[in-house]
Amino acid sequence: MLAEHILKRLADIVGPEHLATGTVHRITHSFDATQRQCLPDAVVHPGSTEEISQIVRLANEERIPVLPRGAGSGFTGGSLPVCGGIVLVLTRMNRILEIDTDNLIAIVEPGVVTGRLQKEVERLGLFYPPDPASKDFSTLGGNIAECAGGPRCVKYGVTRDYVLGLTVVTPTGNVIRTGGRTMKNVVGYDLTRLLVGSEGTLGIVTRVILRLLPKPEARKTMLVAFASIDGAAQAVSAIIRSKIIPTTLEFMDRAAIDCVRRATSLDLPLECQAVLIIEVDGDRAQMTDQARKVLDISRPFGVLETRTAETAEESEAIWKVRRSVSPSLRALNPHKFNEDIVVPRSQVPAMIRALETISTRYRVPIVNFGHAGDGNIHVNVMVDLRQPGMEVTVRQVLDEVFRTAVGLGGSVSGEHGIGTAKAPYITMELDAPTLAAMWAVKQALDPNNIMNPGKIFPENLANDPPPASLQPLTVPDHD
Amino acid sequence: MTEGKTLAEFQDEIDQCARCGSCQAHCPVYLETGREGSVARGKIVLAAAVLSGEVELDQRLREEIDLCLLCGSCAAQCPNKVPTNTIVAALRQRIAATHGLSALGKGVAALTGSKPLLGTLVKSADLLAPLLFKKIPATSGLRLRFGPAALKNRSLPPLPEHNLFAQVPEFLQGDPAQPVVGVFAGCALTYLYPHVGEILARLPHRLGCSVYVPRSQGCCGMPARSSGNGPLVASLAEANINAFAGRELDCILTACASCRGMMADYSAATGHTPAAHLVDLHVFLRRQGLGEQLAALPKWPHRFRVTYHDPCHLRTAGITREPRALLAALPQADLVEMEDASLCCGLGGTFAAVHPDLSRAIGDRKLAGLQASGATIIASGCPGCILQLQDIIDRAGLAVKAVHTLELIHQALTEAPS
Repeated sequence: MLAEHILKRLADIVGPEHLATGTVHRITHSFDATQRQCLPDAVVHPGSTEEISQIVRLANEERIPVLPRGAGSGFTGGSLPVCGGIVLVLTRMNRILEIDTDNLIAIVEPGVVTGRLQKEVERLGLFYPPDPASKDFSTLGGNIAECAGGPRCVKYGVTRDYVLGLTVVTPTGNVIRTGGRTMKNVVGYDLTRLLVGSEGTLGIVTRVILRLLPKPEARKTMLVAFASIDGAAQAVSAIIRSKIIPTTLEFMDRAAIDCVRRATSLDLPLECQAVLIIEVDGDRAQMTDQARKVLDISRPFGVLETRTAETAEESEAIWKVRRSVSPSLRALNPHKFNEDIVVPRSQVPAMIRALETISTRYRVPIVNFGHAGDGNIHVNVMVDLRQPGMEVTVRQVLDEVFRTAVGLGGSVSGEHGIGTAKAPYITMELDAPTLAAMWAVKQALDPNNIMNPGKIFPENLANDPPPASLQPLTVPDHD
Repeated sequence: MTEGKTLAEFQDEIDQCARCGSCQAHCPVYLETGREGSVARGKIVLAAAVLSGEVELDQRLREEIDLCLLCGSCAAQCPNKVPTNTIVAALRQRIAATHGLSALGKGVAALTGSKPLLGTLVKSADLLAPLLFKKIPATSGLRLRFGPAALKNRSLPPLPEHNLFAQVPEFLQGDPAQPVVGVFAGCALTYLYPHVGEILARLPHRLGCSVYVPRSQGCCGMPARSSGNGPLVASLAEANINAFAGRELDCILTACASCRGMMADYSAATGHTPAAHLVDLHVFLRRQGLGEQLAALPKWPHRFRVTYHDPCHLRTAGITREPRALLAALPQADLVEMEDASLCCGLGGTFAAVHPDLSRAIGDRKLAGLQASGATIIASGCPGCILQLQDIIDRAGLAVKAVHTLELIHQALTEAPS
């Protein structure tokens, strides 16, 4: 528990109605989407940069951990208070401050839900492309902390490509401003890019300047069924090689198709081993032509069937197939280990083959789907942890999956971040000097390690106090 | 009759919650509060904590558990189909069983548990004048006569002198070749909007059906469930199931989304189901070909613009197309969609009585879409929604009238084009 004088100062800063220390409120802020729980000592809902600055200054003086939290929907533990402390919830700071149609930028507070911004800018004929699956509830602050991606990243890039400037409360309570309203800016270090994807360990974003695009006039959605997974993977490479960049190039393997089949009435050929969902966008006049090109390129790779949506409803029906995968997985086994490895696009076929081998060797179902167009594959290892020895098997499977991805020139995480869930694997990818450089940045900005401690860095390196408060309440640690 | 599953029996469903947070996009309360305790995921975590003994059923917990409209939007959209609304009802039941009913819950019990009382109160029309209504203390059961209608300064419809049962016979004989249908009217269509209740009974008869409106039906139990009164829900369910048990019926018709939602849950709440299928009247009329009949009528030269509000308890049951199809076929009106048509109106059982300001803030989110639609009439399939919509419309000073879809259908069938 926090000392009385600290609680009093917190209440003075945010107002007593925005400070909670009761068990009920600590429990409702003890989790994210990782199935782990760790109780914070206090929960505050600040309303301004100034309040956040004062809270962080206090926390730094008193050496109390501070954790920024948006929607709390992360998959890697980024908002888990593993060392207790103050959870700082940013949902009150949810104003869209400005949409500048002359300069194509938006200025927002961190608590704005991504989908809401998209809706607002699209009314004005503008476009904010990053579209994580959680866009209808995750916040821009959270998207920035994790550098969120999504299906459209194949063509449009990830969150970092749209952040022009930030206002940030640093771990010592200072307010800094990075970047600005201009497309070009080379003054000093690019702290904006450093902060995007820093998982709330380097500061708390309180104001964001985002770049917008004109909204594409039209889009066309296609579904292509393949006779082999290799065929689908090769089609992906062929499409990319032909210098067409679709908006999305989503992929589902046989196991994913089977899951959807069980949950919904999906009329695909029975011999179908993989599906690609491809969308193109741009000028209306070019859509039919682009769609035809994509289908022509795919055809030599064992295409069983193609569907092209002519209406919004048909397009929605195709996307529904893709969206049905995740919810249908639990029918396989109760526990899901959802990883988001990424490999160079040309290595997608090799990665998929390796995943099949791993699945067979360890006799665990692995369902793969995701953003094949940018090599980002969602690997879902579905197990029942109540089976004896399964914990160990899962660790071995994940270890092998990550090693293979890194071996192919890829990465252990494309868009979910490291948090606590992937911290044990970070050294597979980053060598000691690289990690040391990152830790030096962390120490320079956060000398007392109060800002979201216990994340990203492996424990021995971070030299944190062992997280004693890290006690999963009910469900075993998996993500 | 049993009181349905207890909280402990929901352990498996509670464990199904992956804490993904997608409920945040659909919870009307969370959209307003932005607080984790308001949303389904937070309540599921609390339910788990109650079961494991980590948290007491204290005042703070009760406050969080009170913050739920039982609209079911979260459950309908949940990737893992966690029935949070049912779990919240079980939590409230546990709280009420341990600590007793709240003052409001006692009012609900006194009122909905006693049909004669409800009838008598409605007859004393002067009590219902809004001016006098304001003078009734907030804790009085009188304020609860229509459950959610009992709010300070709320716009109320002028109260009718006679209730539905005085206006329609218990049985209307139709064509023997046509279905025999039961009618469950519910409190609002019996006492508050009996003219709509009457259309509910007479329209199927007009289409040839025999219609049975049993007098022994009572409150559906939604306000009782909302206040955690499990025994009362069980006894009301039993009374209503028995009311329809005497006859061979093809289906039981409802025109109140909330009643339909509650009765569809009788099985989960009590372990028993009504003898015949529950069918929302829009679905029934569409099936009976009324859409085509309406579309064949000559269009009125001066048509008004109508828009539709989705009641949560129809939307979450997948009933969204049928009311729109009927409205689109009306000769006297042009249907326009409004943005946020599917957003909750904010009434939510006894929610509006416990949290009047929050309830209105939720309802006010409908205003922008309604105004932009240019509609002068907003139709819906739930008297609770209609009551709430008219209230938020009046407070915003808009010239829009909230009506039941059935009233417009009745108008099309009975009035001359103008």
